[in-house]
Amino acid sequence: MADNPKEKITPASRQYPDPQSKLKQDPPTTGHSWDGIEEYDNPMPRWWVWIFLITVVWSVGYWIAYPAWPGIQSATSGLLGYSSRANVAAEIDEFEARNETWFAQLVETDLDAIREDPDLHRFAVNAGASVFAAQCSQCHGTGGAGVQAAGYPNLLNDAWLWGGTMEDITTTVTWGIRNDDYPEARWSQMPAFGVDGLLDDQEITEITHYVLRMSGQDHDEALADAGAEEYEWNCASCHGDGGEGDYELGAPALNNQVWFYGGSEEAIRHSIYYSRFGVMPGFETRLREAEIRAVAAYVHQLGGGQ
Amino acid sequence: MSSEETSQSLYAAREPIFPRRVKGSFRTMKWWLLALMLGIYYVTPWIRWDRGPNLPDQAVLLDLGNRRFFFFMVEIWPHEFYFVAGLLIMAGIGLFLFTSALGRVWCGYACPQTVWTDLFIQVERWIEGDRNARLRLHRQRWTGEKIGKYSLKWTVWFLIAMATGGAWVFYFADAPTLFVELFTGQAHPVAYITVLILTMTTFLFGGFFREQVCIYGCPWPRIQAAMMDEDTITIGYRDWRGEPRGKLKKGQAAPSQGDCIDCMACVNVCPMGIDIRDGQQLACITCGLCIDACDDVMDRIGKPRGLIGYLALSDEIRERGGETPKSVWSHVFRPRTILYTVLWAGIGLALIVALFLRSDIDMSVSPIRNPTHVVLSDGAVRNAYDVRLRNMHGEPRPFILSHTGAEGITLALEGQPGLVVMVPADEQLSQRVYLTARPDSPAAVGHQTPVRIWASIDGEAERIYADTIFNGRNQ
Repeated sequence: MADNPKEKITPASRQYPDPQSKLKQDPPTTGHSWDGIEEYDNPMPRWWVWIFLITVVWSVGYWIAYPAWPGIQSATSGLLGYSSRANVAAEIDEFEARNETWFAQLVETDLDAIREDPDLHRFAVNAGASVFAAQCSQCHGTGGAGVQAAGYPNLLNDAWLWGGTMEDITTTVTWGIRNDDYPEARWSQMPAFGVDGLLDDQEITEITHYVLRMSGQDHDEALADAGAEEYEWNCASCHGDGGEGDYELGAPALNNQVWFYGGSEEAIRHSIYYSRFGVMPGFETRLREAEIRAVAAYVHQLGGGQ
Repeated sequence: MSSEETSQSLYAAREPIFPRRVKGSFRTMKWWLLALMLGIYYVTPWIRWDRGPNLPDQAVLLDLGNRRFFFFMVEIWPHEFYFVAGLLIMAGIGLFLFTSALGRVWCGYACPQTVWTDLFIQVERWIEGDRNARLRLHRQRWTGEKIGKYSLKWTVWFLIAMATGGAWVFYFADAPTLFVELFTGQAHPVAYITVLILTMTTFLFGGFFREQVCIYGCPWPRIQAAMMDEDTITIGYRDWRGEPRGKLKKGQAAPSQGDCIDCMACVNVCPMGIDIRDGQQLACITCGLCIDACDDVMDRIGKPRGLIGYLALSDEIRERGGETPKSVWSHVFRPRTILYTVLWAGIGLALIVALFLRSDIDMSVSPIRNPTHVVLSDGAVRNAYDVRLRNMHGEPRPFILSHTGAEGITLALEGQPGLVVMVPADEQLSQRVYLTARPDSPAAVGHQTPVRIWASIDGEAERIYADTIFNGRNQ
């Protein structure tokens, strides 16, 4: 009888309490009541309370060991002497010590041989990029494009004033251009033909048209023909017979499409009349030799290196 | 302040649980599963897989330092991490599928918390004896016997915990090398800290927190109620058969009494310390041990098995009426589980297809826009691009670069002649590339010209490309 479950399964025989009724019994409340809404008292596990208490104790030790309480001038320094600023300084020292072998190698290696060692070259380019961003980008631009037509040379193209070999770039960066501080600095000066009365307006106009013809721009053929002789007398000694320029004298080529102060008739005329040239500081005292070499390597690989 | 408030307690002390030993089919299956899963966990990092001289030979390796992830014949780069995301989604949907079909099988059989707790309880049983002996020892004062047994137990737990934490780090570095390094004190501090953290969590979670992790710490018990419905097959007590419960007296037939003889076997074996007869509850991980315990009792008192067993809620009416319950398959196959299966398999298929279709070379081109273009002495216009080439292959390979899309443009590499870039094995490399347009070409004179940069491997048919823009003089 009892072995046959079928016989017992009738709703009437269910004398035991409904399992659901257990859930209907409310757990104890905290006694708080807001407009009849009561709060159940569901206490936390003991280990949880212990962890909370341990963190409280821990914080007291933390106050003593580490900088914690702010004062008027500074915070309490803590017994362990911890300082995030000192940590940063130590990390910088560590990095610089690690770079020291690279810098030494950079100074020892022949300028043109840097490129042949891929690891050294990568280091030089990366180090040079940060030097460039800090020291050079103010004038030459963060991308090295200079300021067009305002005299800050573009370092990305194949036109150079003072040469684009590693050697040339290193010399320029070390001593600067037209820099009174260093006798080694490169120096040249174009006469102000108009201001100083060396040429009259007509002659300047003729030379302007001659230069326009040299660079393949629109020009007056008669004026250009007349300017040829004036050019040879006054300009060719520096800019060359064909306008090819001269790195030794920092004389820009006039027969190409790259202009430092603009290539329009007006701009060329202005340059001849008033004379225009740029200056650059020397970095001999501001940068270490290795940093100068690094920035030269960086500039050299921007696209115009010779 | 009322007296009610002053009597409040800030915490609830844990009721210690001493599960009794039990034998049965579920227990046997759980031992096999435990052995299988621990075996997989410990052995996997030691499996070797030859990938050639330039790649690690560990079958499963998460090389976080080099950001490469190896799984047998599959190698994943960080930009292919969607494979891992896909696997995680599959794991999630798989969990939904199993929960909706079979309840909390993950919790009961496969969850590491359950597996390690099981192992720790077994160690406890070996050292201290079964439930009653452990209870007695627990209530005893700190005698030499208690101190000895407890310290032995904690030592064994700690060794297991250390082996657990120790095995974990082998997945992240070359296992044989790291093994030697760990024991000679040469391993990276991160390895030691990881081992220490996992040792302590295993030791505390498996030895002391146990069921509290499931009840207080784990979100999954609270989520899965949404996965289950009346067709879900899960562990339950057939109260219509068991009630009213009562002690069985020999030689006395009790017609008003149910099959449950209130022997508490199901409660005593429960690692969660609950009474399954109260119905489905948050704390039940459906480990199946109460089924084994109850079946054993039913056998002994000559009643049919299954007073506690896997059942679906929707069968209750049927069983009350004395009919046979619906078949397992008719419970399992329902729109919900079919939908989960289709989703799961769909994502799996998509991943497999993606795995076979993916290329082992990759390229991205970022144009340098500071400045947009450079005019050269002869009036030609040059644009610069940083081309990133990825060689997802065990050998260094030459990448040949070319371009299409515009007339009068030539391609050149910074710092080297030719158009071939050697990319080391399993590495990526960034190469600056120049496109130069002739002074009178439409690209040089114009504003923007679309161009396409191609890369291919010498001697292989596959080519890849990236589209970009060439900026002319007219900006």
